[in-house]
Amino acid sequence: MEKSCGPVWVIAEQIDCRILSVSFQLIGHGRKLAAALDTTVEAILLGHQMAEHPRQLFAAGGDRVYLGNDPELAVYQPEIYAEIIEKLAKEKQPEIILIGSTSMGRELAPLIAARLDTGLTAHCIDLVIDGNNVLESRIPAYGGLLSIICPDRRPQMATIAAGVFPNPEPDGNRTGDIIPIEVPKEIPQRIQTLKVVREEPEGMDLESATIVVAGGAGAGDPAGWRKIADLAQVLNAALGATRPTVDEGWAALETMIGQSGKMVSPELYIGVGLSGELQHMVGISGAKVMVAINNDAKSPVFEQVDYGIVDDCREFVPVFIEKIKAYREKLKTC
Amino acid sequence: MFKIVVCVKAVPDPKEACNIKIDPVTKTLMRCDVPMVLNPLDKYALEAALQFKEQFDAHISVLSMGPPEAGNIVKECLALGADQGFLLSDRAFAGADAFATAYTLAKGIEKIGPFDVVFCGMASSDGSTEWVGPEIATFLKIPVVTRITEIVEYNGQWWTVKAELENGYRLVRVQIPAVFTVTRALNTPRRLSFSGIIKARKKEITQWGIQQLGVSEASVGLKGSPSIVSTIATMDSRRKVEILEGKREEKAEQLVQRLANAGVL
Ligand SMILES: Cc1cc2nc3c(=O)[nH]c(=O)nc-3n(C[C@H](O)[C@H](O)[C@H](O)COP(=O)(O)OP(=O)(O)OC[C@H]3O[C@@H](n4cnc5c(N)ncnc54)[C@H](O)[C@@H]3O)c2cc1C
Ligand SMILES: Cc1cc2nc3c(=O)[nH]c(=O)nc-3n(C[C@H](O)[C@H](O)[C@H](O)COP(=O)(O)OP(=O)(O)OC[C@H]3O[C@@H](n4cnc5c(N)ncnc54)[C@H](O)[C@@H]3O)c2cc1C
Repeated sequence: MEKSCGPVWVIAEQIDCRILSVSFQLIGHGRKLAAALDTTVEAILLGHQMAEHPRQLFAAGGDRVYLGNDPELAVYQPEIYAEIIEKLAKEKQPEIILIGSTSMGRELAPLIAARLDTGLTAHCIDLVIDGNNVLESRIPAYGGLLSIICPDRRPQMATIAAGVFPNPEPDGNRTGDIIPIEVPKEIPQRIQTLKVVREEPEGMDLESATIVVAGGAGAGDPAGWRKIADLAQVLNAALGATRPTVDEGWAALETMIGQSGKMVSPELYIGVGLSGELQHMVGISGAKVMVAINNDAKSPVFEQVDYGIVDDCREFVPVFIEKIKAYREKLKTC
Repeated sequence: MFKIVVCVKAVPDPKEACNIKIDPVTKTLMRCDVPMVLNPLDKYALEAALQFKEQFDAHISVLSMGPPEAGNIVKECLALGADQGFLLSDRAFAGADAFATAYTLAKGIEKIGPFDVVFCGMASSDGSTEWVGPEIATFLKIPVVTRITEIVEYNGQWWTVKAELENGYRLVRVQIPAVFTVTRALNTPRRLSFSGIIKARKKEITQWGIQQLGVSEASVGLKGSPSIVSTIATMDSRRKVEILEGKREEKAEQLVQRLANAGVL
C-alpha cells in the first residue's frame, strides 16, 4: 500500500502482562486519524512473555506490532524503553505518536519527545486531523478549548488519559505483522527500576462506576469530606475528587477527576461542594443525569447540571443519605 | 561541595487563576491582573534541597525562567534558605512551550556550573504538562525520576527513591547527577521566617538573557517551540438546570424522586 505519510504509532503499555485499556482506546482512535491521513496504525509493545498479546492489538485496529519481548523489558525501565523507541522512530519516521497518560506514559513521553526534538501535548481531550493534515490536540483551559499543533516537526506527539476515547469493538479476524525488536546492549545502566508495588485500590473503580459522587473544596474539612464519602458508599458509587481536595490530603490523587486526572462516564454524577471548573468537568462525559450541591446559587456548576441543590453540603448530605436509605427500604418492601 | 539546582516557576496565583478566562468575543485571554506566585509544588522541590543541605551540607542554586517579576519568587526561595538565585529573563524567551522551556533551563543549569542533583516540581499549576523535568534531563543527558515520594537512601553516587504509580509505587536506583521531580508526599515545606528574609537581602540574583546563555533566538521562546496554540474556542457544556426548592428535607425528598424517575438510583 502506498502511504502518504508515516504511520500513526501507539506506545502500548502493559502491567503484569496485561495491556491497559487506554492502549486499545488509542489504537481505536488512531485508526480514525490514520484513515484521515491514509496511513497505518502501528503499536510498540514492550514487556516479557508477551508473544500472544499482539493479537489483541490487531483486533483493536493495529496493522503492525513492534514487539520487544525480553526479561529486561518486563517492567518499565526508562532509559531502555526510551532508547528503543527513539531508535525505532528515527528509522521508521512515524507521523504521530500517541501515549496513554499514565504514570509511565507521562514520564516516557517527554523523554521520547526531547530525544526526537519534537513537541508533545499533555492532557488532550480530543485529537483531530485539520485541513492541512496536521494533528490538532484539544485541551481545556481558561474556561475554553485550546487547539495545540506541532506544525513543523515530526512526529507529532500527545498523551491521552484512559476513557477519553471509547474502547474499540475487537475484531478477531484482523491480523497484522509482528516485528521483533532487540534490547539494545550499549545502554548506560544509570537507572534501574528495582521493584514495582501495586496495592489493591481502595473503593470502587471510577472509570467503570455507574454512579460517581465527586467532592470539592466545599467539603470544608476532613469531617465534611467523610460525609461525602458516606454518600458515595450508600449509593454504591465511586468517590471522585477535585484538585483542591487532593491538595488538602482528603482524597487520593488516583481519585481526581478531570483534565489531569481520571475520565469518567457514569449514568449519574453528583458534584458536592465543587464549583464546576472546566478542568474538572471535562472529566465527566456522557453522564445521563448530573446533580450539583453547592451553597452558592450563582456557582457556575449550576449551569452544567440537570438538578441543583442550593444548600450547605455538610448539612444537606446527611439528610439526603437518610432519604436514599428510606427509598431503598421502601423498594425492598414493595 | 555537593551542588543542587532547584527549578522554580512563577505562576498565576492558583487561588485566583480561575479569573483568567477566554473572552468569548475576541477569543483572547482576559488576565485580570492575577498576581504571580511560586508554583506550589516547587516549594516541595526546594524543601527537598534544604533538608539535604541540613543533613550533609550543600550549595543550593535556584533557577527560574520568566519575566523580570519572576525575580520575586527567586527572592522568596533565597529567603527560605537557598544560597544563590538565577533568573533567565529575555523578551526572546516569551511564549516557550515545555520543550523550549526545558532547553533554556538546561542551558542555564550548564552555565551555573557542575551540579549533583536537580529538583523540579512534578508539575506547574498552570501549564501542568509535567514535561519540563524529564526534558531538562534529556538535554543534560542524565537520568530522571518523576513523581518521587520518598528518598530512601543516599549512597554516594547512587540514590534510591520511591516514585508514585497508580495505586502503588516503584523503587528506583539511580546514579547522580540526576533530575528528580517531586510530589507533595515528599516533605512538608517550611514557612518564611523573619531572619531568613533578612539574610536573603545579602544574597544576589544573577540575571541572564540569550547573550549570556549563548543561545540563538531561534532555539528559545516561541520561535524555538515545536508546539503552538492554533486556535482558542469557548466551550459549551451547559445543561438546563432545575433548582429544587423548599426545606432541606423537601429538597432531599424531591432529589431522590427525580433520580428514581430517571432510573439512575
Ligand atoms: C492545567 C490544570 C489542570 C487541572 N486539572 C484538574 C483536574 O484534573 N481535576 C480537577 O478537579 N481540577 C483540576 N484543576 C483545578 C481546577 O481548575 C479547579 O481549581 C478545581 O477543579 C476546583 O475545585 P473545587 O471545585 O473543589 O474548588 P473551588 O473552585 O474552590 O469550589 C468550591 C465550591 O464549593 C462551594 N462551597 C463552599 N462551601 C460549601 C458548603 N459548605 N456547601 C456546599 N458548597 C460549598 C463554593 O461555592 C464553591 O463553588 C486543574 C487546573 C489547571 C490549571
Ligand atoms: C493551559 C496550558 C497548556 C499548555 N499545554 C502545553 C502542552 O501541551 N505542551 C507544551 O509543550 N507546552 C504547553 N504549555 C506551555 C507550558 O506550560 C510552558 O511552556 C511552560 O513554560 C513549561 O511547562 P509547564 O508549565 O507545563 O511545566 P511542568 O513541566 O508542569 O513543570 C514542572 C516543573 O518544571 C519546572 N519549571 C517549569 N517551568 C519553569 C520555568 N519557567 N522556570 C523554572 N522552572 C520551571 C518547575 O520545577 C516545575 O515545577 C501549556 C501552557 C498552558 C498555560
